[in-house]
Amino acid sequence: MNSKHRLLFCKEGTAKYISHLDLMRTMQRAFLRAELPIRHTEGFNPHAFVSVALPLPVGHASRCELMDFELLDESLLEDVPSRMNPVLPEGLRVLEAYVSQRPFKELAYLRSRLELFYDRGGAEEAGRALRELFSRETLPVTKTSKRKGEIQIDLIPLVRDLEVSADKTVLTVTAIHLAQNPTVNPELLVSALSENVPDFVPDFASYLRLEPLDEALSLFR
Amino acid sequence: MKPELERILSRVQKPARYTGGEYGSTVKNEGVSCRVALCFPDTYEIGMSNLGLRILYGVLNAMDGVWCQRVFAPWTDMEEEMRKAGIPLYALESGDGIADFDIIGFSLGYEMAYSNVLNMLDLAGLPVRSEDRKDLRPLVVAGGTCVFNPEPLADFVDVFLPGEGEDVLPYLVERYRAAKRDGLSKEAFLLSLSQEEGFYIPSLYEHVYHEDGTLSEIRPLNGAPAQVNKRIVHDMDRALYPEKTIVPSTEIVHDRVMLELFRGCVRGCRFCQAGYVYRPVRSRSPELLIKQGIGALSASGYQEISLASLSTSDYRPLGDLCDGLLSWCEPRNASLSLPSLRADNFSMELMRRVQRVRKSGLTFAPEAGTQRLRDAINKNVTEEDLLRTCRTAFSGGWSQVKLYFMLGLPTETDEDVLGIADLAFKVLKTFYDASPVRNRGVRITVSTALFVPKPHTPFQWEAQDTREEFERKIALLRSAMRSKSISYSWHDPDTSLLEAVLARGDRRVGKVIETAWRRGAKFDAWEEHFSPERWKDAFAACGLDPAFYANRVRFKDELLPWSSISSGVRTEYLWREREQAYRSEITPDCRRQCTGCGADRLYTEGKCDE
Repeated sequence: MNSKHRLLFCKEGTAKYISHLDLMRTMQRAFLRAELPIRHTEGFNPHAFVSVALPLPVGHASRCELMDFELLDESLLEDVPSRMNPVLPEGLRVLEAYVSQRPFKELAYLRSRLELFYDRGGAEEAGRALRELFSRETLPVTKTSKRKGEIQIDLIPLVRDLEVSADKTVLTVTAIHLAQNPTVNPELLVSALSENVPDFVPDFASYLRLEPLDEALSLFR
Repeated sequence: MKPELERILSRVQKPARYTGGEYGSTVKNEGVSCRVALCFPDTYEIGMSNLGLRILYGVLNAMDGVWCQRVFAPWTDMEEEMRKAGIPLYALESGDGIADFDIIGFSLGYEMAYSNVLNMLDLAGLPVRSEDRKDLRPLVVAGGTCVFNPEPLADFVDVFLPGEGEDVLPYLVERYRAAKRDGLSKEAFLLSLSQEEGFYIPSLYEHVYHEDGTLSEIRPLNGAPAQVNKRIVHDMDRALYPEKTIVPSTEIVHDRVMLELFRGCVRGCRFCQAGYVYRPVRSRSPELLIKQGIGALSASGYQEISLASLSTSDYRPLGDLCDGLLSWCEPRNASLSLPSLRADNFSMELMRRVQRVRKSGLTFAPEAGTQRLRDAINKNVTEEDLLRTCRTAFSGGWSQVKLYFMLGLPTETDEDVLGIADLAFKVLKTFYDASPVRNRGVRITVSTALFVPKPHTPFQWEAQDTREEFERKIALLRSAMRSKSISYSWHDPDTSLLEAVLARGDRRVGKVIETAWRRGAKFDAWEEHFSPERWKDAFAACGLDPAFYANRVRFKDELLPWSSISSGVRTEYLWREREQAYRSEITPDCRRQCTGCGADRLYTEGKCDE
């Protein structure tokens, strides 16, 4: 099902914990609350059609979520952010609504930011360890997939442009990683630490999606 | 969101239950002089499905300077993380621990949640016993159906509010604010409150027992009234309905708009506590309901509205109401559902209209297998009614029926038990007679709950069947269910037994609840957490016998622990109903004639059921 319109939105704060299915329900209801009629699915149990580009893991934040839908009255398109934002739960915020030009399958990479917390210090050392890991020829980590169970994948060809900065207790990492085929969950960077240098496993890690990129590493919209 | 909370949320199931921030939740940053924690002693998904909670949330937050926030019982994984991280039980709106809120109010809808009440107080960092909380703040109050027998929780709760909360809770908040301003002690405040209608202060009553364990006297202290009357809403059309309400960001049990048509019930099924304690019957006007229903659908974005009342099909203008709602719903793909329809006045036409698209199953609750027993419990459904309705439904293409019954009803014989299988078989036969799609088959589901005698009903004096007797009856019924098209499921006797003890427990049962909770009891309504052994041990440790509460017939003049609370219905009326039950005599519904239950005394300005 191709849809004509696309929403760019943030999912942060308390909204980080809304699961993918719940997010779709939340958006469908928000369109209704905003009195923005959108196309419904046909059939037995018709419901408002929405499609989210790349489901965000529960607990991760994002400033660049993309969702397709089809507004029945296109003249309302530019009103979408101002109508949606007052009726969304805390943490969800629409930045832009526009006519979509490219299919989701052209979304190749994501740029993400990780913050790794070391409550008793040691973030700088952990940063050095992480850089060392990514300078290796191969960096196998264990990935659990629903279909195949536990598999080993090599992170080196899947992650690029790793940037690391640290103060005593917080290690900030930004990286570009594959968005699909295979999907690289940024939590795998922490797995790389725990599987190779367990001393540098952080006390807590938070994840933020910054931007979607295409094959040529240009911004995907 | 607090950073320490963020750290544990990634490790627990369904974290969206613990964050707040839903659309429609109320945040007040300025001018708050009274914070109320509205606590529901079960999970978020269940608590958020409770219309009463949403009403009280709306009523309290409409008050100036009052910030009412929600609190649910965290699931065990979350509780463990919270205790490990030192995070006390917090309210979803502010994330603040509730120990220094002004008022903590529990909604008590079923007895199996009692252990959760203690657990939530403890998780908040508060002493569970009322006497150990010396200050006015936080004041722990409780309302809901269970409060019609407050005694099992009397040691833990400061004030019980029997009856409906819409009026009494704002009034309590006003009184509390005045007391706080005047620097009143908790003791002085409770004493002054006891002089007013609708507040039961358990610490002002002393219970004295005979040697055989029955009550000999209830002594009101310091001028407390001998009996506390419940408070009711007098004008349903003026009572708040929360049109703009919270829309959870995660799926809950009843994920739809709920519209309450009326309060009370004209029927008078003798086993049904709600049918007695919510009298008199008071309705909303259909015009207002249509407006509120449409308002709630637009404000929430929900695509489904459900008509909720004790017996929805008894609402006189039901047809007009459905027309009004459907004319809005249909062009918008929204659906209307009617739960709790009765077989006797079931309108096929109505059902065809409301469930045009989805042919979900039909559900009926004949409650008993024979006419004699149905008459004894005053469930005025006849076999002919039921089969006629099924015939109409089957000929319209329906092929799923659920039938709900109870085992262990007073006067029940084996013939009545086997009558359940008979009735199910007749429904099956009706399907084969009437269905145009009989080769597709039919699914008939029979469920039996086990009868739990409840306070303030004609059966409040009855003995519950023993576990052995329940098991024998279940086995008997199983052996009589011989068709593959009929599936049979039954409730667990251990759960029903504990429910019976807690429902009619006296003040001494509080120690058992505390003991069981200290030994790990929580979420007893959830099979995976309920341990009958733990409760058995707790009874033994307290020197009490559960059979004394569950399986003993009370005498007519026995002083019952819940006699300090009045629902408006006279005890003599209940006893008369009980005697009629033993003669299998029905009492006509309130519409045919007023049967003089006494609840109209609470409602002098209006007329019951108009």
